[in-house]
Amino acid sequence: MMNAIRSNPEIADKSGAEALGAAGRFPQSPPSHYYESQTRRIWRRFLRHRLAVAGGGAVILLLLMAILADIVAPHDPLALDTRRRFIPPFTDPTFIFGTDEMGRDLLSRLFHGGRISLVVGIAAMFATVVTGLIIGLISGFYGGKVDNVLMRFTDTMLCFPQVFLLLVLAAFITPTVVSIALIIGLTSWMEVARIIRAQVQYIKEQDFVQAAFALGASGARIMSKELLPNAIAPVMVSATLNVANAVLMESYISFLGYGIQPPLASWGNMLTNAQSYFDLAPWLAILPGIMITLTVMSFNFLGDGLRDALDPRLRM
Amino acid sequence: MFQYIIKRFGQAVPLLIGVSIIGFAMMHLAPGGPLAVYTLNPTITAQDIERIKHVFGLDQPIHIQYLKWAYGMFTGNWGNTFFGGRPVLDVILERVPATFLLMGSGMSLAIIIGMLIGILGAVKRYSIFDYLATTGAMVALSFPTFWFGLMTIFIFALKLGWLPSGGMYTLGGEEDLLDLLTHLILPTVVLALVLVAQWSRYTRSSFLEVIHQDYIRTAKSKGLSRGRILLRHAFPNAVSPLIALAGVQLPWLFSGALVTETIFGWPGMGRLFVDALTMKEYPVLMGMVMITAIAVILGNLLADVINALIDPRIRLE
Repeated sequence: MMNAIRSNPEIADKSGAEALGAAGRFPQSPPSHYYESQTRRIWRRFLRHRLAVAGGGAVILLLLMAILADIVAPHDPLALDTRRRFIPPFTDPTFIFGTDEMGRDLLSRLFHGGRISLVVGIAAMFATVVTGLIIGLISGFYGGKVDNVLMRFTDTMLCFPQVFLLLVLAAFITPTVVSIALIIGLTSWMEVARIIRAQVQYIKEQDFVQAAFALGASGARIMSKELLPNAIAPVMVSATLNVANAVLMESYISFLGYGIQPPLASWGNMLTNAQSYFDLAPWLAILPGIMITLTVMSFNFLGDGLRDALDPRLRM
Repeated sequence: MFQYIIKRFGQAVPLLIGVSIIGFAMMHLAPGGPLAVYTLNPTITAQDIERIKHVFGLDQPIHIQYLKWAYGMFTGNWGNTFFGGRPVLDVILERVPATFLLMGSGMSLAIIIGMLIGILGAVKRYSIFDYLATTGAMVALSFPTFWFGLMTIFIFALKLGWLPSGGMYTLGGEEDLLDLLTHLILPTVVLALVLVAQWSRYTRSSFLEVIHQDYIRTAKSKGLSRGRILLRHAFPNAVSPLIALAGVQLPWLFSGALVTETIFGWPGMGRLFVDALTMKEYPVLMGMVMITAIAVILGNLLADVINALIDPRIRLE
């Protein structure tokens, strides 16, 4: 026990063990976690990852922007005025980021477009996680033939290039925020299903689940009360990275004209016409793209940091 | 070895069947189903539709329909296009060379640069270069391919005027190799960006796993040069997971090529797909989805076989 205190300078500090002189003596030794709760430990590891913290901060800002778009946007994003088309950025104080080909305020459109892109991204993430959870849980829990069929289905889905599938599906349906989110979710759940399945296969053999079996718990109960809560943590990383991918996918299909339909703005469809006005108004192509990149990057860094913080292999 | 290849082929068969079932299901999910072209035509009556259904066997049980359809796919009868009535397979296959040229050059560029960055990062772990490379890879992975394409056109074609902004050849010019290469540069770089990021990340971690093993230390203590250790000792062991990576990347490569071709007006399969989408050419769309999925299965198969050829451990599993 004493070793546990000594080997962890941070904890030694707090427990007053510094008087032992231990903290300074073993600065290189790996921290032991006997006195630290799991949440704290994960949090501490996450905070060490500076880019992840920056990503997390940026995600919070982006979410605020999406929630408060109505309040922070200086203009109506749909208000047309052909007398003030193509005002360049930083020239007119009322239109800080300039205006587009229909005289709409670009800053307001970026805020509102961001709201749409993020809503699609997050909704698609939920669709992905829920689908992946169901398939992974059933596959891992029942095993055998069910597992075989579901996993071959998962492998098959992985063979299709996602953008191709998305575009075909998008051509079949009426594109709305919900339907776009759903088709993104339905074409990207495979990784989550595999993670959950592996988790469930491992957890199923643990004593507490075996005990539940012995007590005669039903399959549904074991899945929802024993397996699900314990399998969900690794999905957090995948979910975060999935938001990044979903935002990207939404921008791809909206850019190609099969996603969110104008006049409703999304970052993707704001770029659709930008190529035609390259010479006249390059900012129309630059700014939405920067927003997409920043958003995707923030979620990617956040996910990366979460992975480092949660990865059980690093805990050894 | 032979056994391994047979086994691996056996595993690909259920995938092919799965792909065909999903393709068939999507064909029936399409608005108007397989007869969309007729139902959309006002001069055709309901009786006509019934008759056509009978002629095409669409009034038969679904599994019989599937088997007939799968047989058609297998024998190269992929149906005809709505507009022009040309065989779908021909229409798609004539676009394959342009796409494969773009995908091949993008992948080669990505492998060369990505591996160099990854190896350097692994050798000089935690150096400034390594830090910049890993962070840079993360940033590159976050770039929307189409936007990166737009930006390269804006800078290198419009502002600097160094390279053409699109197409495969200069219109009305001589269609020679040099012209093709200058048109190939921007799309290749755009397609390669995300792949470079992935290759550098995977190469780095793969080399890190290898270069701390005992036999590398032995090689070092024998006094071998660093280059020789990396190339002759570390490389063969680090490279096999990377060959698998090339297979796994294929779906993304097709998606990326689609976006890149659209931006640059490159006359390949992706461009064909987007055009077919505007014209609601469902047979072409379905054919493309199927052909890309089959290419992915075959690509993964090939990667595994190559891996088994160079790495005896895999064969013995």
